Amino acid sequence: MRFEYFQLIDRIVELDLGNRTIRTQATVPAASTIFEGHFPGFPLMPGVLLLESMAQTSGWLIIGITGFTRMPFLAAFNQAKLRSFVKPGDTLELTAALAHEGSGFARTTAEIRNGGKLACNAEITFRLVEFPNPEFRQHMEKAAAALAFPMESLAHG
Amino acid sequence: MSSTFDAVANIIAETCDIPRDTIKPESHAINDLGIDSLDFLDVAFAIDKAFGIKMPLEQWTQEVNEGTATTEQYFVLKNLCAHIDALVAAKGA
Repeated sequence: MRFEYFQLIDRIVELDLGNRTIRTQATVPAASTIFEGHFPGFPLMPGVLLLESMAQTSGWLIIGITGFTRMPFLAAFNQAKLRSFVKPGDTLELTAALAHEGSGFARTTAEIRNGGKLACNAEITFRLVEFPNPEFRQHMEKAAAALAFPMESLAHG
Repeated sequence: MSSTFDAVANIIAETCDIPRDTIKPESHAINDLGIDSLDFLDVAFAIDKAFGIKMPLEQWTQEVNEGTATTEQYFVLKNLCAHIDALVAAKGA
């Protein structure tokens, strides 16, 4: 994770377009100014950032399913549950599955496991729009490469 | 159409917390019922799931934006239900 760039997952472990699922991995930084305030003497990964990490995981799934033709923008969380504390240095396993692909929107179910234990989960809704401009898409392609997004799977999915 | 309307009205009532008895076939989802675009995503999700269809919202929005259709054609509930019935019929054809 790189908080300063709002990059909350480190690697795409598996993108399964057939089953419409994705697995990603992220390690919480050992140190960050965020932990100085959240909380002094008891550092915790903020819940909103855990939700965002599930949204980013879901977003890459949707980008894969739509063949890099649509950009998912976060619209809503339903049934979001933060079940246990996540601390600096923890390595998280994230998964998301497509619940529904509508016209111009999509919904996923996502969860985070920390040491094999369910740490949080939610249903997430996204608006899907065409990439606003070529530069935006190029930025996302660069970000995809950095996360080991399997571009070759788009051709075979 | 009546069973479709009942199903859609129930979805709107539950999803948007709107009293069921205020939802009429002549109601405009946006102008009369005040459903905003975010709530309409929940309504669309529930309708897609209930009827096993994919309402072409992107196409409808484009038509409205280009002036080739009016919001009444798609968002007055009796018209919306007619579109849903057509999509269901097309699926079964």
